[in-house]
Amino acid sequence: MSGETNETPVLQPESFAFTPENLAKAKAHIAKYPPGRQASAVLPLLDLAQRQCGNWLPRAAMDVVAEMLEMAPIRVYEVATFYSMFNLRPVGRHYFQICTTTPCWLRGSDEVVAACRKKLGIEIGETTADGQFTLTEVECLGACVNAPIIQVNDDFYEDLDGPATEALIDELARGEVPPPGSVIKRQGSAPVTGPTTLHGVKLAGDPNAA
Amino acid sequence: MLRDEDRIFTNLYGQHDWRLAGARARGDWDGTKALIAKGRDWIVDEVKKSGLRGRGGAGFPTGLKWSFMPKQSDRPCYLVVNADESEPGTCKDRDIIRNDPHKLIEGCLLAGVGMGAQAAFIYIRGEFYNEALRLQAAIDEAYAAGLIGKNACGSGYDFEIILHRGAGAYICGEETALLESLEGRKGQPRLKPPFPAAVGLYGCPSTVNNVETIAVAPTILRRGAAWFAGIGRPKNEGTKVFCISGHINAPCNVEEAMGIPLRELIERHAGGVRGGWDNLLAVIPGGSSVPVIPKSVCDTVLMDFDALRDVKSGLGTAAVIVMDKSTDIVKAIARLSKFYKHESCGQCTPCREGTGWMWRVMERMVKGEAEVAEIDMLLDVSYEIEGHTICALGDAAAWPIQGLIRHFRPEMEARIRQYREAAARRAA
Repeated sequence: MSGETNETPVLQPESFAFTPENLAKAKAHIAKYPPGRQASAVLPLLDLAQRQCGNWLPRAAMDVVAEMLEMAPIRVYEVATFYSMFNLRPVGRHYFQICTTTPCWLRGSDEVVAACRKKLGIEIGETTADGQFTLTEVECLGACVNAPIIQVNDDFYEDLDGPATEALIDELARGEVPPPGSVIKRQGSAPVTGPTTLHGVKLAGDPNAA
Repeated sequence: MLRDEDRIFTNLYGQHDWRLAGARARGDWDGTKALIAKGRDWIVDEVKKSGLRGRGGAGFPTGLKWSFMPKQSDRPCYLVVNADESEPGTCKDRDIIRNDPHKLIEGCLLAGVGMGAQAAFIYIRGEFYNEALRLQAAIDEAYAAGLIGKNACGSGYDFEIILHRGAGAYICGEETALLESLEGRKGQPRLKPPFPAAVGLYGCPSTVNNVETIAVAPTILRRGAAWFAGIGRPKNEGTKVFCISGHINAPCNVEEAMGIPLRELIERHAGGVRGGWDNLLAVIPGGSSVPVIPKSVCDTVLMDFDALRDVKSGLGTAAVIVMDKSTDIVKAIARLSKFYKHESCGQCTPCREGTGWMWRVMERMVKGEAEVAEIDMLLDVSYEIEGHTICALGDAAAWPIQGLIRHFRPEMEARIRQYREAAARRAA
């Protein structure tokens, strides 16, 4: 459930409309579900709206989604407040979700959090004055063997420590987008020392086979 | 040790091409039409004989679950794949989705035939955005190649696959909460019965299976139930993807035989415990929900459903969270209590109120700012939550605390004493 609260009131835009491109995507989402079951598209449509609004979801967008899906607005608000990925207030351009659940904590997520606070000069739940970075703490992101992890917008940055976190922030601040995944260039979830298995797998015609 | 020839997920680390061409080279989509032609009963029977038990945590026999679907139905029947992987410690389905997506897609088709489903909905956690893009690309490839859709694989069977992204809620990994979410509502679990096989998605017969359960099915059907059943121990057959995280030298995912000794799993694949085996404090062997086990149990325990049940823990999702002697074990479990408090859907009072209460007490236990008698009170409250809620989240919140008290009560008591002594010194 959404846990982030902040006391400052949100300046809500008066109206919202999907761009033609997003409207087409929204209709494609609705068409995936059986007739009469269009409410199933509420998560994809809210996600589309949030992307269009710069990673937050204004009330007006929820109302548009409610109308499109023939849902009572309150049902859409319920959904938008239940799921943690909907931001009900504006966030920075780089939205940091730092996992601090036990597997990440055991691998040093405290240092990752400390590096973010030090580097950005803000606390968890806050956005930098220039609107570039927002810090949030989240529950397990599901990449625990590559802990600790930060999700920045859609991308996971894995195998972090304090200095690597600071370097990540520097790169993003310069406008670069570092390649997602392991910052120590591990191959996926393989042991850092190299795979202990799958040496003898024979693959016919695999273009990537070594 | 499991031989490489017996590993199902041969692209676990993404060393090879995940696309259709690469998947075919690894043996996926080989003779699928012929497997479909053997019919629904054969598929279910073969999966039953293989001994496959659900890989999402509960370990229910998969073939039996499929057999609960109606033989004839005037309503559509659905397979729903649970890809809402969120159990702390667990990150295996992510690897299957991003590196072996065609195993999952082919599995959907074959499982769908086995249970008489016309469509599969794959519910993937919203945070797995890049993984969802890749899975959708693989689904598109499969449609374009005629492997799914109308007349799938030329079999005459029509089968659709729809990918659905969640939006951040651990509870949606509970099967009926997942169905609620898929229908466009808050993810709050439904009362059972009716079970999904009778009244599931959109009120239609449905079966919810974990990603790994579905993705191993094609290989089982191709190589035969006897092959799969020949790995592991009776009632605990087959291979399993283990996720090894925490204080080891080389955290990793690895596919191994069920029943591998925990120590061998850690030392052979994960580089051993940081500082050596004797530096081990405890392990959570199956994802955050299962009770912690101390080193003395870890020395000999086997990694399967029954062996871990016998030591009052569980295989769960086979997510092994390793903690060395530097760990503040009370804090490690308190952090899990915070997790469950955050993820409680708020529907049932014992869970909504109890997870918050337990977390607050656990935070005091971390500091030792408590009465010794409160340890028993905490245990009592955990039993009042366990079994008294609609879904298993209440149980999952209770078990880590019960495991902590079972094995580390002296540590908790010592901390309370130390806190008192420090307070007395300050007062003096």
